[in-house]
Amino acid sequence: LVCFSSALSPELKLTLDKVVSSHKVVLFMKGSKDFPQCGFSRTVVQILKTLNVPFETMDILENEVLRQGLKEYSSWPTFPQLYIDGEFFGGCDITVEAYQSGELQELLEKTMCS
Amino acid sequence: MVVTKEEVVAAITSSLSPSHLQVIDTSGGCGASFDVEVVSEKFEGKRLLERHRLVNAALAEQMPQIHALSIKKALTPSQWKPQSENEEPAKI
Repeated sequence: LVCFSSALSPELKLTLDKVVSSHKVVLFMKGSKDFPQCGFSRTVVQILKTLNVPFETMDILENEVLRQGLKEYSSWPTFPQLYIDGEFFGGCDITVEAYQSGELQELLEKTMCS
Repeated sequence: MVVTKEEVVAAITSSLSPSHLQVIDTSGGCGASFDVEVVSEKFEGKRLLERHRLVNAALAEQMPQIHALSIKKALTPSQWKPQSENEEPAKI
């Protein structure tokens, strides 16, 4: 058993709880929605723009504490990370697949109307 | 230390005993980067997010050195069969 020192402080956890619950769609990504810094982040931004939903983005490249803490918060090792309605939805591959199957539109419509 | 395709194959094989596994090295010189397709009985009854979590967990040791990991397919053996049949040209 390996013990890691946690990157997710109680304060950061509280802040993240607040961020993901105060917006219906939040994307933690590399870069911003206007200037994505990675193809995977760009793909998710494009999907959200195509679906015409309002969404917030946070640039994890600008904040190393946020970047490391989020990996623990989501139990997900990579970025982008998409949150819908306060819950972790997935990374780029999951978002692409859900978009292609129509599952993402369905979930977003439900979320926006709630 | 650079993660090799062989290490990715070995880690996924030992955790998920896949019936089909394809790992493609997509690094192109900018750090370890892979596309993977996994077919495993361990995905049975699990949603896509949980399946991807299993693949990520299998690679937990390598993940800090991996620049990008794209999970193209995470299927159960029964989902994999009909899909591979569909890829054949239609016969009428």
